[in-house]
Amino acid sequence: MENGKCNGGATAKLPEIKFTKLFINGKFVDAASGKTFETIDPRNGEVIAKIAEGDKEDVDLAVNAARHAFDHGPWPRMTGFERARIINKYTDLIEQNIEELAALDAIDGGKLFQMGKVGDIPAATGHFRYYAGAADKIHGETLRMTRPSLFGYTLKEPIGVVGHIIPWNFPSIMYAMKVAPALAAGCTMVVKPAEQTPLSALFYAHLSKEAGFPDGVINVVTGFGPTAGAAIASHMDIDKVSFTGSTDVGRTIMQAAAASNLKKVSLELGGKSPLLIFDDADVNKAADLALLGCFYNKGEICVASSRVFVQEGIYDKVVEKMVEKAKDWTVGDPFDSTSRQGPQVDKKQFEKILSYIEHGKNEGATLLTGGNAIGDKGYYIEPTIFADVTEDMKIYKDEIFGPVMSLMKFKTVEEGIKCANNTKYGLAAGIVSQNVDVINTVSRSIKAGVIWVNCYFAFDLDSPYGGYKMSGNCRESGMDALDSYLQVKSIAMPLHNSPWL
Amino acid sequence: MAARRVSSLLSRSFSAASPVLSRSQGRNGYNGSRMVRRFGTSSAAEEIISPSVQVSYTKLLIDGNFVDAASGKTFPTLDPRTGEVIANVAEGDAEDINRAVKAARKAFDEGPWPKMTAYERSRIMLRFADLVEKHSEELAALETWDNGKTYEQAKTAEIPMLARLFRYYAGWADKIHGLTVPADGNYHVQTLHEPIGVAGQIIPWNFPLLMFAWKVGPALACGNTIVLKTAEQTPLTAFYVGKLFLEAGLPPGVLNIVSGFGATAGASLASHMDVDKLAFTGSTDTGKVILGLAANSNLKPVTLELGGKSPFIVFEDADIDKAVELAHFALFFNQGQCCCAGSRTYVHERVYDEFVEKAKARALKRVVGDPFKKGIEQGPQIDSKQFEKVMKYIRSGVESNATLECGGGQVGDKGYFIQPTVFSNVKDDMLIAQDEIFGPVQSILKFSDVDEVIRRANNTRYGLAAGVFTKNIDTANRVSRALKAGTVWVNCFDVFDAAIPFGGYKMSGNGREKGIYSLNNYLQVKAVVTPLNNPAWI
Repeated sequence: MENGKCNGGATAKLPEIKFTKLFINGKFVDAASGKTFETIDPRNGEVIAKIAEGDKEDVDLAVNAARHAFDHGPWPRMTGFERARIINKYTDLIEQNIEELAALDAIDGGKLFQMGKVGDIPAATGHFRYYAGAADKIHGETLRMTRPSLFGYTLKEPIGVVGHIIPWNFPSIMYAMKVAPALAAGCTMVVKPAEQTPLSALFYAHLSKEAGFPDGVINVVTGFGPTAGAAIASHMDIDKVSFTGSTDVGRTIMQAAAASNLKKVSLELGGKSPLLIFDDADVNKAADLALLGCFYNKGEICVASSRVFVQEGIYDKVVEKMVEKAKDWTVGDPFDSTSRQGPQVDKKQFEKILSYIEHGKNEGATLLTGGNAIGDKGYYIEPTIFADVTEDMKIYKDEIFGPVMSLMKFKTVEEGIKCANNTKYGLAAGIVSQNVDVINTVSRSIKAGVIWVNCYFAFDLDSPYGGYKMSGNCRESGMDALDSYLQVKSIAMPLHNSPWL
Repeated sequence: MAARRVSSLLSRSFSAASPVLSRSQGRNGYNGSRMVRRFGTSSAAEEIISPSVQVSYTKLLIDGNFVDAASGKTFPTLDPRTGEVIANVAEGDAEDINRAVKAARKAFDEGPWPKMTAYERSRIMLRFADLVEKHSEELAALETWDNGKTYEQAKTAEIPMLARLFRYYAGWADKIHGLTVPADGNYHVQTLHEPIGVAGQIIPWNFPLLMFAWKVGPALACGNTIVLKTAEQTPLTAFYVGKLFLEAGLPPGVLNIVSGFGATAGASLASHMDVDKLAFTGSTDTGKVILGLAANSNLKPVTLELGGKSPFIVFEDADIDKAVELAHFALFFNQGQCCCAGSRTYVHERVYDEFVEKAKARALKRVVGDPFKKGIEQGPQIDSKQFEKVMKYIRSGVESNATLECGGGQVGDKGYFIQPTVFSNVKDDMLIAQDEIFGPVQSILKFSDVDEVIRRANNTRYGLAAGVFTKNIDTANRVSRALKAGTVWVNCFDVFDAAIPFGGYKMSGNGREKGIYSLNNYLQVKAVVTPLNNPAWI
């Protein structure tokens, strides 16, 4: 192996697959068509389980259940605190099942088992606890009306039935990030997990029943985008659709919403996020952040720092350090605790990434390290770094969603800002510098929803996150996320003889 | 929504427990007034029920340990049913306050409490709420024993509300936001909402655990450390929950609890140079002293939640039966020992006679007796001093020629039980219409139009709460805005949710407790200003 040490196949105890059917109105049921699809272990391409393949008819059933639960059920009529009690119970149950959930995401998504246990699943429980705490803190406002005889106030009402379409790269966190604020707001929902990673969502569905959510509040329909996903996006009885995934599919979702009932759409899409390393940066730390930012979760993360810009005074040192460190970036079985990178999620992604690596070579970028698949089984790829990448190259412009870094040199702060913004995306950005002026200027200048200064992936429950430009149109996490699931209603009425206005 | 509130409130006030602070029970609790004898044949003189709880904690909680007072002194805490001693409790004084402040100072300055993540703080508060639920029976029994409130009220309303409040504040801990602020030039401005430091908190005896929650909840959520002085009448439950907080993982020194008297322990806390913030709930007179001590020492900011003489206004279009029930509840709940008690019942002249008759009938049905007994609506007053004070006001009412409709005397010959008392034909200039009685004495006054009742309702030095009973939206909106009071309940009363702010206008206090507003009491706002070079926007 040229770089990226590959450890041997680990023999971890694999999880038993208990739930493979659609979860509708509190019950696990087969797809109406009776059809199933295979979910694959990306370590070896083998079938893990056959999963019910939901389609339009199943989405209709799920929406009916959610509609009934919203229009007639107790959920939106409970106090925020009562909803919070159930959400907290759900959280406790998830916490009791951390091992199993982490194992499901590892076998289904090729994600590191250890990281699941200490990272993904605790982050998911964090989201649920955070929004349990938010459920009784959704405030409207009383207004200062400009006309002399009016009293006005706003109510923040739950938006209704929500469709959530979630991606495969962080099955648990994405589930929690979408489901938790919608629950807190008092919505009911239909969740469609990605066809690559349906297992943990079904397990979460099972736990929701145990936690005591009324039937129909959470429904999970497994299936494919063009069928089940499209049915959600174009459903006339869904009030809101929330989607995380690629920019192309996001566009389709928005079109479907526009062509059907103009449902509100929240999109959290792709990125080509810049990391700017300035001359005064600590070389060692900057190299660590760049590698982490680009290769974490095998590069399958929408905020990956896939364009690394290094100021010329420090460029050579950073490059040398990064190449050296990349060799220690261990690729291997996600159940092995020494692995830092597992396999790509599926064959399609695997081949897409390798084709981008070929483009990089053909377009004249300098391959510093990596560039190959690893082994002959499963979808492992070496951490790959290209230097001398220019703005016209495909690997500079496109979201690769794999462990492939493009490295560029810049001279001045102004040039760095210009380069960073030279993209259709605007999701995240990183700045490595100790200079407060540089940091403040660059932070405000980069058109991106999240700026990480001397850190990366500094996600936080309380910190909103989402995109500028073609990276999306909403914010998730934090109190801002609640807005996606609330309608604002203004109420006005005459006011007579008020002693103040 | 409003209708649901009213119905649940009504059903709970019909029930013996009057679980005002929770809406989850009471709908089927109609047993009270039907099954148990009325106060005239009260059970107060019958054999006293022994509480099924041990008094395990009687010492000061300082720096994570239960310790004797430095002086070694103790004082007795009494059972208001009998006047007998429940336990002897450590009597904290200036030296103990010094020790507690030192521990709180260290816990704040050196951590780990304010240095923990907000999420970790919230987890500890959530664990505490779980423990409160686990020990709800012991806590309720202890609260009833020490205070005289009914066990059903403590068990079904107050202890659940204690847990609920801490869950509420746990949810705030990781949502306390400063702002980034626009500037008039090239500056980046942010506000940091920092914990204020060591908070001194002095709580009253009428709702010992709820007042604990109103004070301790927001202070902890914001990352402060605390020295809490309990009322000398009711020191027991705070120690118990202090122990539960340690069990939940609260670091030593974060919450220190000193039992003792106002003039000694309370005064030294209020005038301490190392206490950064003071919060007090109690009488207006004591509030003035507290504010003076803060001013004379280190100018610590002070939150005061003081007395009241809250109007309860019944318009002619109101549902009279509901209004009678709620007015009764607004005044008699918790033996009339509520700062927001609806102690001036203004009734429109067209419905006045009917109202008085029904209010009297309702008061006569009120069941007074051993608060541990099921079905009892009213226990004893807290102590002999309060008992004497209430009796004095009843005499004053009679002497000033108000009509005593019912009650007016003691119940039984032991403890501090008082008959539910109703005066009609009360005039604004009578003492019983002006002073806070803090006992089961309802004063009913007559009015004839909206302007008049607004003027009269506001003609008081207090401004804590008010009730407005009408079906007319214009009346409701107008009167709500015109009343100078921190809370206006329209067609309901004593709705005390965690998120609803509470506090007074005028001499009823300053600051607001509960809700998002309560966080301001325990935060410093720091503005951080940095120049910007070549900003992309301002």
